[in-house]
Amino acid sequence: MGRSPHPKWPRIYENGNTPDDFIDDLHAITRQCADHQCFISRFKFASRSIPLRFTSGMNRYTNFGNKATKTGFGEGLLRAGLTNPAVVCIGADITTSVGCNLFADALPERFISLGIAEQNCIGVAAGLALEGKIPVFSTYGVFAALRAADQIRVSVCYNNLHVVIGGAHAGVSVGPDGATHQALEDMGIMRVLPNMTVLSPCDATQARLATTAAIEHCNGPVYIRFGREPMPDFTTESMGFEIGKAQMLQDGNDLTIIATGHMVWEALLASEMLEAQGIRARVINMHTIKPIDKDAVIKAAKETGRIVTAEEHQVNTGLGSAIAEVVVQHHPVPMAFIGMPDRFGESGDPRQLMEKFGLTSASIAAAGMKLIDNRSIDNRK
Amino acid sequence: MNILAAEAHNRLLGIAAEIRKSVVMSLLEAGSGHLGGSLGLADIFTALYFSELKHDPLHPAWAERDRLILSIGHVAPVLYAALAHAGYFPVDELLTLRKLGSRLQGHPGRDHGLPGIELSAGSLGQGLSVAVGMALAARMDHQDHRIYSIHGDGELQEGAIWEAAMAASHHQLDNLTAIVDRNGLQIDGSTEKVMHLEPLADKWKSFGWNVLTCDGHDFNDIIQAIRLAGTSENKPTVIIAKTIMGKGIPSIENDYRWHGKIPTPEMASNL
Repeated sequence: MGRSPHPKWPRIYENGNTPDDFIDDLHAITRQCADHQCFISRFKFASRSIPLRFTSGMNRYTNFGNKATKTGFGEGLLRAGLTNPAVVCIGADITTSVGCNLFADALPERFISLGIAEQNCIGVAAGLALEGKIPVFSTYGVFAALRAADQIRVSVCYNNLHVVIGGAHAGVSVGPDGATHQALEDMGIMRVLPNMTVLSPCDATQARLATTAAIEHCNGPVYIRFGREPMPDFTTESMGFEIGKAQMLQDGNDLTIIATGHMVWEALLASEMLEAQGIRARVINMHTIKPIDKDAVIKAAKETGRIVTAEEHQVNTGLGSAIAEVVVQHHPVPMAFIGMPDRFGESGDPRQLMEKFGLTSASIAAAGMKLIDNRSIDNRK
Repeated sequence: MNILAAEAHNRLLGIAAEIRKSVVMSLLEAGSGHLGGSLGLADIFTALYFSELKHDPLHPAWAERDRLILSIGHVAPVLYAALAHAGYFPVDELLTLRKLGSRLQGHPGRDHGLPGIELSAGSLGQGLSVAVGMALAARMDHQDHRIYSIHGDGELQEGAIWEAAMAASHHQLDNLTAIVDRNGLQIDGSTEKVMHLEPLADKWKSFGWNVLTCDGHDFNDIIQAIRLAGTSENKPTVIIAKTIMGKGIPSIENDYRWHGKIPTPEMASNL
């Protein structure tokens, strides 16, 4: 083929496998349970905050193994690149760190290195998009969403161009790098921009689907957010992914937990904790922050009467704000917000930081309990 | 050197005069806007749209057209006037500039559907990056059209310009021509007083660019530079065009206070 094959994955070049075969090999997807409904509890997540008793005997999702959402992004990007020659990838030095190395190695003629210059990267992406390319630019979310915010606003969003922006290192789970590199405001900044779509997949598998959807099923700008730390990979491709369509992972009528990104798994764990207390929580994976799935939110408010939101992001402007905007306009119910409380992160082990800032299943469950305990003031349901 | 025959030269002089008149009339009607830079660029826009650009006003999206990115969106009046006189839309429409519902936004906006607008722009320092992206795409697709980007000299104080300059030379984008409107003035006064740019040519050279200079009001000089840029190999070209802000109205020429002011009715009648 004249390209330098990726040393680890040479088969695509030698035996003519299709891109999907390649992806399948890549992940060694040997999942026994295609239907997520039949999964048994088999939590592998090293969550010290979860007593085992909460995870036994329930019908729950299976963690197929911890994997970073950035890896899913990189795989989705590669899959889209292999099938669509219009896809080009822009690198800002940290190619491997943000999941673009698979693409860069497999499709070097469509990988454009632009160095540590995020503002230029976004402008170049706009120029490529004007010419019919589908540029994907990924860097740390703090730099993608904030440093290049004006370029995103004017060159990309005002021109309504199909540029896919990957925001890596989302949340405090970035860990030891500390506050400067922990993206906690990116969703808020991106979701105020007209024309922008904002995606926040919950695990590596969904990140892969979300990335291909952002590339293949959008016409305008898309921001997709993902993390660095390996986290439970518990969804399946058969669950599908539709932009703007929230996924109800579990039904319940006592309250609803609406979570995004890494916090979705925590929400599932929290629902088990609540169930042990006799409380049936609905769990919604809000993988699309914009456009928000209003119908799912309104339905949850009407049917469960209480909502807890959970995100690895500032509650101000983030998922919590987005949900509250819908709730107050359509069906006001008591809410609680799990997320960063208007402060910066800090260095530490990812799990320690999640616990320090209350970004855990225990915090979600506690917030849910509190809403339930306050049920005397709630007669709206 | 005269590369234009007298007849061709006179034709361009006449068109430039019409464009200046249209700029003044549209700004007068609008009641706000940027006069000085628009007049200063009238000759360069005339040379581009009426001599050098490969374009078709009846088919604005023609794939093989040369692309012109106006990075300094505030001089939209001269772009609009050039497009209208070239036949992209009726000249009368210039009088809707900056009004509610107009396709002629204060700074160019593609969403309003004006034919011939390549990019919605207005925030300084962004256009060169977009031009770099277009030049990369053209090379990937083996297309031989050129990308032109128009910049102000004050705009060069934006750091993103130099990120883009680095990228253009790194990727050897010889299909890219940047034109700098070097009138030496910005809103607070002289560029050299506000934030000095000199030695400007050396700056571009050190970034790996092919650097040309021209008199931005001499058609032979402008066109010679544009054609020379087209022969550059492996290097992007910047044309530093020496211009006079407000050119055409002697009472305001070289006066930075006319950067963003509107003309008086007398000025219009004198053109």
